[in-house]
Amino acid sequence: MAKYLLLKHYRGAPAAVNDVPMDQWTPEEISAHVQYMQDFADRLEKTGEFVDGQALAPEGAWVRYDGEGRPPVTDGPFAETKDLIAGWMVIDVDTYERAVELAGELSAAPGAGGKPIHEWLEVRPFYTAMPTVTE
Amino acid sequence: MDEALLRSLTPSVLGILVRRGADFAAAEDAVQDALVQAVRVWPDDPPRDPKAWLITVAWNRFLDATRADTARRRREDLVDEQPAPGPVPSVDDTLRLYFLCAHPSLTPASAVALTLRAVGGLTTRQIAEAYLVPEATMAQRISRAKRTVSGVRFDQPGDVATVLRVLYLVFNEGYSGDVDLAAETIRLTRQLAAVIDHPEVAGLLALMLLHHARRAARVAPDGELIPLADQDRRLWDTRLIAEGVEILQAALARDRLGEFQAQAAVAALHADAPTAEETDWVQIVEWYDELARLTDSPVVRLNRAVAVGEADGPRAGLAALADLDDALPRYTAVSAYLHERDGDLKTAARLYAEAARKATNVAERDHLTRQAARLNARLRG
Repeated sequence: MAKYLLLKHYRGAPAAVNDVPMDQWTPEEISAHVQYMQDFADRLEKTGEFVDGQALAPEGAWVRYDGEGRPPVTDGPFAETKDLIAGWMVIDVDTYERAVELAGELSAAPGAGGKPIHEWLEVRPFYTAMPTVTE
Repeated sequence: MDEALLRSLTPSVLGILVRRGADFAAAEDAVQDALVQAVRVWPDDPPRDPKAWLITVAWNRFLDATRADTARRRREDLVDEQPAPGPVPSVDDTLRLYFLCAHPSLTPASAVALTLRAVGGLTTRQIAEAYLVPEATMAQRISRAKRTVSGVRFDQPGDVATVLRVLYLVFNEGYSGDVDLAAETIRLTRQLAAVIDHPEVAGLLALMLLHHARRAARVAPDGELIPLADQDRRLWDTRLIAEGVEILQAALARDRLGEFQAQAAVAALHADAPTAEETDWVQIVEWYDELARLTDSPVVRLNRAVAVGEADGPRAGLAALADLDDALPRYTAVSAYLHERDGDLKTAARLYAEAARKATNVAERDHLTRQAARLNARLRG
């Protein structure tokens, strides 16, 4: 088993096929989309492959250490930041092929006109535990 | 209360319920309930006969659950049937349970989860924590696995090799959480060795003991990986090594060599060396030749190249490496090591850094990054 992160971007991914901003969809299309995501997660739980799913707000800040005794510096958000994460799903699957298959299904979530968005999802493997037998 | 002892009763209790006519999935749930109750009740009220207690409680749980379903399912015939008083638990039941839980129709992950629960007696939560998934997900994985094997006849003979693969997977790739999966797998493999006389079962048990013996030396307190050559051998558990060697020698004497015995033989040769310099690499190369003959695995040939590098020098190791596919996991790390031994620090540093980027776990990544950093500092120096 291996864990994979299916990463969804607000910005930074190549353009989707059905690339219409969500605020241009009908309310029913939005509901259908949300329902699809929920059903997908439920189905993965039933197959024993679901680990986690979270959505992120687009607005955030940059924070860094600014030296002993000083409060952290905050800055941003920077409009020019190319990559903006929208959310993720973590899955625990037997093979990489299965991870790709599931990412493909997630990318078929319905969007404008009730048609699949065909959005690009990033698939990233987690580091595993260290194997015991190495020699 | 000794929970490992309690859990060791799991397979025979489950086997008895199945023999009495309970279907596997329902019996397994009932045994889990009984185990949970035992953990709660036994500390204050220890039973005279733990196994009889578990059988009674599990059977009653099973009947309660079946009765609740009866109206719907019309299965009074099963409920009314009085169980034969205390059938003798048979070692065959335990063995069959291992076969069922490692059935080839299951995916590796399902077989692992089912084995840990139905044979090991771990709770769903413990298994979920060990594999870092939510409990609900693990519960579904286990119930799917039970559905998958529901049509398999319990008395059908199985292939011990499938069981060994599952146990090896748990031992080799488990996380170390609340439950010590390595210790748990050793317990399960011991239990298997007690019910089936098979040199490869002994070989796997020896392999596990020999690797487990080195555990305290393998990782520094800060989590840093310590390679075999740099380990403090005084930290190795000599008792486990002695046991592993003894089990291995008895297995090898039967002259039915298999891959686990051969792997254990390599581990035994490492365990036998008082210092890394005194390792008998020539014999290790011979065992890798045996392993390559048995498995034809490219990973074995990669490990063989390392051993050749130690036995005949880094040039010979690099020559052995040249025959292999450079896309193999750890190929680049091995190449880096052999180049360093050969004195080509610049190439080695570059390869260590490349290997770090390809590592599949954090400890190995950090270790390889440190190797690159060490060589780069020397090259600057």
